[in-house]
Amino acid sequence: MSVMLSLQNVSFTYHSEEGEQPALWDISFQVEKGEFVAIIGPSGCGKSTLLSLISGLNTPEKGNITLYSSQNTQTNIGYMLQKDHLFEWRTIYRNVILGPEINKNLTKEKEAHIEQMLDTYGLAEFKYKKPSELSGGMRQRAALIRTLAMEPDLLLLDEPFSALDYQTRISVADDIGMIIKRERKTAILVTHDLSEAISLADRVIVLTKRPAVVKTIIPIELSIENRTPFTSRNAPEFKDYFNLLWKELGAGGV
Amino acid sequence: MEYKVSAEQIVFLDDIRRTKRHIRLAQVGIILAFLVLWQISASLKLIDDFIFSSPVRIGKTIFSLTKSGDLLKHTSITFLETVVSFTLTTIISILVAMILWMSKGAAKVLEPYLVVLNSLPKSALAPLLIVWLGTGKTTIIVAGISVAIFGSMIQLYTTFQRTDGEKEKLIYTLGGSKWQVLYKVVLPSGIPAIISNMKVNVGLSLVGVIIGEFLAARAGLGYLIIYGSQVYKLDWVMTSILLLCMMAMLLYKTIGFFEK
Repeated sequence: MSVMLSLQNVSFTYHSEEGEQPALWDISFQVEKGEFVAIIGPSGCGKSTLLSLISGLNTPEKGNITLYSSQNTQTNIGYMLQKDHLFEWRTIYRNVILGPEINKNLTKEKEAHIEQMLDTYGLAEFKYKKPSELSGGMRQRAALIRTLAMEPDLLLLDEPFSALDYQTRISVADDIGMIIKRERKTAILVTHDLSEAISLADRVIVLTKRPAVVKTIIPIELSIENRTPFTSRNAPEFKDYFNLLWKELGAGGV
Repeated sequence: MEYKVSAEQIVFLDDIRRTKRHIRLAQVGIILAFLVLWQISASLKLIDDFIFSSPVRIGKTIFSLTKSGDLLKHTSITFLETVVSFTLTTIISILVAMILWMSKGAAKVLEPYLVVLNSLPKSALAPLLIVWLGTGKTTIIVAGISVAIFGSMIQLYTTFQRTDGEKEKLIYTLGGSKWQVLYKVVLPSGIPAIISNMKVNVGLSLVGVIIGEFLAARAGLGYLIIYGSQVYKLDWVMTSILLLCMMAMLLYKTIGFFEK
């Protein structure tokens, strides 16, 4: 496997008139191609900031973030936010083509790809519906298709399930996790939900409270066949990982 | 599965319909009672209908003014002036609010000026406008614009600023520019606010146009009101006020129609 993303000694501080607030301190880790990495940490520790830095919306004050792409093309990054943010004044179809529309590269092939994703993920008949006519899970799926329409090499997921109720959250996480695996995407998930992290990720990075440093990185190896986010929850090791992460987080001071 | 409306639902809907009908009846009742009382008091000489006019006299005035063509002339002039000043107000204030949103620096610099201009009683400007622009339509239209425009700019800019920051972030994550954030998110999500702003503007434009006509016009309903009061033709004044009520209603309803 090849390295796709590498962070070296990344630090970031928020500045305001009231003073400065260090958010991230000397963060280093790597993400391999095709890997699913979860980042957990106490709330407000700077997890979302980390994604903003990786996506390029913000620039680190110190350190380097390097993206490696297989071809000589630029690495596309897809970003999924906490809420779906589907625009009510657009139909589902016009919502999911937003990315290519903004980049003015909505080709016939792209359109066909988007159509096919809508079809595969059960949204074909909702194409011309308004977002409010869809359930929370379907909206999140539409938001994922909007992200995938950018044909990203790397997916950044910023607590994309946190706005959903518990039951929907589990099934949508399962759903989205499978889609990401199927589309063979590399993904980084930020979450405060330990079980969500264990059920989806190949590796879990634990951050401390502000200013966040990497406390530990734990590979998740579950002894079950046909691992899906949902079946992961029944794996015998699941509870041990949960307790381990709980301890790591707790020692960091929640 | 076939959906059947239950008996309770029918009762419930009937109830709502009845309430609506009662409200409508009360609304019409009030105006009818007012007109009847007015007419009776005038007929019984409880009030002097030379000063207070009466529904019948207004009716006659409308008839004679229509026949002479004056009614259409004055009404259409005021209507056109209002529509032009309202349209310009709306377009200019949306454009300015967009520029202010794009440039935070410009917004910060201009803020105190906008606040002062907005609080200034615009009727104080009217004599100046007459000197600068003469006693024509331009003066009246500018007077109409001056009343609404500064408040409209401030209100629209505030609305644009309150756009959900996460929705703006979404556009940036999709590789969009600030300009794209403006026209893909800020403007569309601001449409309800723009429309309610237009509803306020249309009333204020009418106020400005009438102020302008009071001072600088040779035609229009504002002119007719001033002229009527000077020559003690109070039927003209009352008729003009009635026509202004109807015009305000019509303009407001037109915007409401576009809202849907």
